[in-house]
Amino acid sequence: MSTQDTQPDDKVFFWYDPVKRGIIYQAFTLLAVGLLGYYLFTNVQINLERQSIATGFGFLDKESSFEIGESLIEYSSADTYARALWVGVLNTLKVSFVGIILTVILGTFIGIARLSSNWLVSKVASGYIELFQNIPILLQLFFFYALFYEVFPSPRLALNPIEGVFVTNRGIVFGVPASHDAHGAMFIAFLAGCAIIIFLNRWATKRQMTTGKVFPVFYTAIGILLGLPLVAWLVYGAPTAMNIPKLSGFNFEGGVNISPEFGALLFGLVLYTAAFVAEIVRAGIQSINKGQTEAAMSIGLRPGQVMKLVILPQAMRVIVPPLTSQMLNLTKNSSLAVAIGYPDFVAVAGTSINQTGQAIEGVALIMLVYLTISLSTSVFMNWYNKRIALVER
Amino acid sequence: MTEANVTTESGDDLKPPISQTGIIGWARHNLFNGWFNSVLTILILVAAWQLIPPIINWVFIDSVWNTTGAACQEVKGACWSVIPANLRLVVFGFYPAELQWRPLLAMIMLISLLLYSKNRNNWGKRLLIIWLFGLFLMGVLMRGGMFGLEPVESAKWSGLPLTLMLSFFGMVAAYPLGVVLALGRRSNLMGIRSLCVVYIEMIRGVPLISLLFMSSIMFPLFLPKDLNIDKILRAQVAIIIFAAAYIAEVVRGGLQAIDKGQYEAAESIGLNYYQTMRLVILPQALKIVIPPTVGILISTFKDTSLVVIIALYDMLNTSKSVLSNPEWMGSSSEVYIFVALIYFVFCYLMSSYSRRLEEELEYKTTD
Repeated sequence: MSTQDTQPDDKVFFWYDPVKRGIIYQAFTLLAVGLLGYYLFTNVQINLERQSIATGFGFLDKESSFEIGESLIEYSSADTYARALWVGVLNTLKVSFVGIILTVILGTFIGIARLSSNWLVSKVASGYIELFQNIPILLQLFFFYALFYEVFPSPRLALNPIEGVFVTNRGIVFGVPASHDAHGAMFIAFLAGCAIIIFLNRWATKRQMTTGKVFPVFYTAIGILLGLPLVAWLVYGAPTAMNIPKLSGFNFEGGVNISPEFGALLFGLVLYTAAFVAEIVRAGIQSINKGQTEAAMSIGLRPGQVMKLVILPQAMRVIVPPLTSQMLNLTKNSSLAVAIGYPDFVAVAGTSINQTGQAIEGVALIMLVYLTISLSTSVFMNWYNKRIALVER
Repeated sequence: MTEANVTTESGDDLKPPISQTGIIGWARHNLFNGWFNSVLTILILVAAWQLIPPIINWVFIDSVWNTTGAACQEVKGACWSVIPANLRLVVFGFYPAELQWRPLLAMIMLISLLLYSKNRNNWGKRLLIIWLFGLFLMGVLMRGGMFGLEPVESAKWSGLPLTLMLSFFGMVAAYPLGVVLALGRRSNLMGIRSLCVVYIEMIRGVPLISLLFMSSIMFPLFLPKDLNIDKILRAQVAIIIFAAAYIAEVVRGGLQAIDKGQYEAAESIGLNYYQTMRLVILPQALKIVIPPTVGILISTFKDTSLVVIIALYDMLNTSKSVLSNPEWMGSSSEVYIFVALIYFVFCYLMSSYSRRLEEELEYKTTD
């Protein structure tokens, strides 16, 4: 306030002071949003009272009394809504996780194929990209789901392309090794192998930096990754028993069954998103100047090394941010599962809403779960992006 | 160069060897350069040899085009008869049959408007007015009740007109909202900026389905008892809310690409914030982001198919309702392929247009 006499500018009407004006604008905006929120809130309260719906998340502890087709954890209709929703979350994560891995692999291949010097390969790849990008994912899901039911035979007439694999309209069934203690040990051996390789890689890089000697990390890594689980398997007596599916009644028993819903959803999501990933990979590789390849070759790197040491690290910087948003798109699109009957989170939440009438809580939960998945994926990818970002020296 | 290399018979220009030109040369360069590419080429040709004849058989040779549903059961190939027999249901849905010329006229208007807007010479304020007027006319044609047109309740709007309406009306309404959100996100005012950030990130973080669920089951709770908004409008609102967040991010990219000097220059000639934005910044920023905006239009167009899940009858759902007719059961591939073809044509034309536009605009800026 003391500045008031010293600064003649302050005599201006407060409306012309940008700071004060800004405060007024914000106050008005917040007030308007607040009033809107209040208006909606009171409407909701009145409506809920009228329809006598209890609010709150109390329904989560009640018995769900509906079945879920497939689940990663034990679940029955006697369990609570909370557990049913958890089953849905796990199903969403399952299809997203498998889908993202397959999408990145397929998309990278198609993106590289798109740039192939082979005319036929490049045309096939670009045809694929155009076709799958320009048809709605939901239509593709319906199509694949219908294909599963109309083209594949019933379990009694199951197609048997390879020994132990059966293709039917109830899903794809295949044999797996019967469960045995050895598998746990093999998994631990595999993890130990991964840890050893990380240290080995660090040591080899350090040694190359100081002495210039190159250690064949790649072949050693393959050896360790295959060898350690093999040793564990042999130590446990090399069990070879298989859990082969057998036809009993109208369906198969035993083995692992990929349901038509899961299969169609995964298939549709992967094929659709891979088309977008392919374009991203192509743009990333094309963004690297040809001079980089030539420079790398002129200092004597082999083609594989050029790719690994020069092109990929630079292309990744262009690829990772849009790739992240495609991964998130895949996760969000997995919510279309509800249309073909795969019990993902949205489907389970929808059933819960229908049974309890807790629409607000249900939709809020759906948004919360997807926001959590989206935000945590972007946090992880931002961390990764920062790690590979250009380090200015 | 030594003489022995240059002098050949009579000084005629040497033609390139036959193995380097024509079909053979092209094939050597593009299909059989190196053993890896040769193997790939042969693999693809073998796969094509295996796959294409059965597909052609199914589509053209063993197929039927104009029979009843019962006759279709005996055919080995595709049963395309399902399309002409149900064309009106797939395209116009449950719109009263004798009034179907109205949505047809509206669609023709929309497509001619699109074709007219393709030419960049027509861009300007006039085009905007034509569009708003055109959309109004289309709305009147669909709804009726004016100019002596018989009113048609919105519950009967379905098929392709509904798909087009949800996406184009949605886009037109979402655009200004998206621009405002983008400006808000770039604002210096903390309160406004954080509101916009929360809105944009929240909407982009959730799937469209959850918004559609919200529109179909939660909106009625939000509104006073006697105010009843019909289902299509509620879905339209959800699509607008969704598209606006994505448009905001695209426009923000355009705003960030504008040089700081432009802001300073505008300020130095005494323009205030609104004048700066309206006269200097937005005209440039919006022009940069036209190609990605077409991209959002494409994805909005594809995303409208999600209204199937809240039981609206867009083109995808009317085609599903054909399949629920026992006469045509088992022809799902044919119907889905037909609908996919319609979507594909629309999206492909839009995306190739956006690509061409991108090249043209890029060329212009470097000029």
